[in-house]
Amino acid sequence: MKTMLVILLSAMLTDNFVLSKFMGICPFLGVSKKLDSASGMGIAVTFVMICATLVTYPIHHGILVPNGLEYFDTVVFILVIALFVQLVENFLKKCVPSLYSSLGVYLPLITTNCAVLGVTVLNIDNNYSFGQSIVNALGGGLGFMLALVIFSGVRKKLEYADIPETFKGVPATLIAASIVSVSFMGFSGLFS
Amino acid sequence: MADNKTSLTKELTKGIIKENPTLVMLLGMCPTLAVTTQALNGIGMGLATTFVLLGSNIVISALRKIIPDKVRIPAFIVVIASFVTLIGFLLEGFVPSLYDSLGIYLTLITVNCIIFGRAEMFASKNGVIASACDAIGMGIGFTLALFLMGSVREIIGSGKWLGLTIPVLSDNPMLLFIMPAGGFFTLGVIIALVNKLSKKKPPQELGCSGCPNADACGKAGDCK
Repeated sequence: MKTMLVILLSAMLTDNFVLSKFMGICPFLGVSKKLDSASGMGIAVTFVMICATLVTYPIHHGILVPNGLEYFDTVVFILVIALFVQLVENFLKKCVPSLYSSLGVYLPLITTNCAVLGVTVLNIDNNYSFGQSIVNALGGGLGFMLALVIFSGVRKKLEYADIPETFKGVPATLIAASIVSVSFMGFSGLFS
Repeated sequence: MADNKTSLTKELTKGIIKENPTLVMLLGMCPTLAVTTQALNGIGMGLATTFVLLGSNIVISALRKIIPDKVRIPAFIVVIASFVTLIGFLLEGFVPSLYDSLGIYLTLITVNCIIFGRAEMFASKNGVIASACDAIGMGIGFTLALFLMGSVREIIGSGKWLGLTIPVLSDNPMLLFIMPAGGFFTLGVIIALVNKLSKKKPPQELGCSGCPNADACGKAGDCK
């Protein structure tokens, strides 16, 4: 139980996917202008991360390893994620339209989000058990959402700031991200 | 024929400066930030990506008339992921030290927007030779950008550069620069510098047009 908590919190805070592993920078910079789109994207990513782990873990340990095909991980995982995202989108559209209307637009963006492929591969690389993998995915997703939500607040302030012409737009956003990342460095050493 | 030749040269050179994928089109941010703690890692990542880009561009442009439009994205993914697996094997066998230092980011080349973007925007519309030139140009541009980032971060952050020790800086290196925060900061400053030097008006947003998901993202209300 204790290790589970450590995995959850370290995936969320100390090893935050966006701010210390640099995964999912595109949505982090692209979809963080408004609070509601940031939280929507965060929830969608968390959901897909957990589901992708639920699917890829049995595939790796049940099908690929017994047949000595571990090197197919990348190809199989990315296809499974792409397929899965499509499936979830269609399922939500038909069965839970209310959820689809709030998450639907974010789902297609997730296929190419490196954080999702990243979390599934990391689970395998770190030799996590099934339970630990799911907790890691949950922590990674929540950490992603936390970073997006915090950053959307920072960007709101940034819009009113008087920034030199050359730094306007992406450079200022990146430097703001750097400062948010410094604040997350405060968490390092929390579990050692 | 002369026309043909100049256009190929153009495809080859545009990626290096004018349409540099990282610094001008702002694609492929994740590897740019993640592996550039050392200049050498930057070069390694750049060359690995160039290899995958070249392979996938050639295969996708050769198959562009066969792949149905509806399943093109999964088809592109499979081609790209296969080349990533291949480069993983090659590096593990021949350059194990680089393989270890790139780690998971080698696998994540699969979802690098540069490769996806070039497949979608260029290789699926142009011939094999033009696509190969485009891939080499973009690859060199990406490698140079990563080398620049890696050099700045390594020199300031650890006082070394490609195995050389920089005299004054190595006494008190600014560790922050090889930490994640320094990555964001360095990239921000370099892009600002590129904006300053280029006469054109710089893009204010990320290079979303190269992303295969640009349409869906537009619906999310933030990207253009």
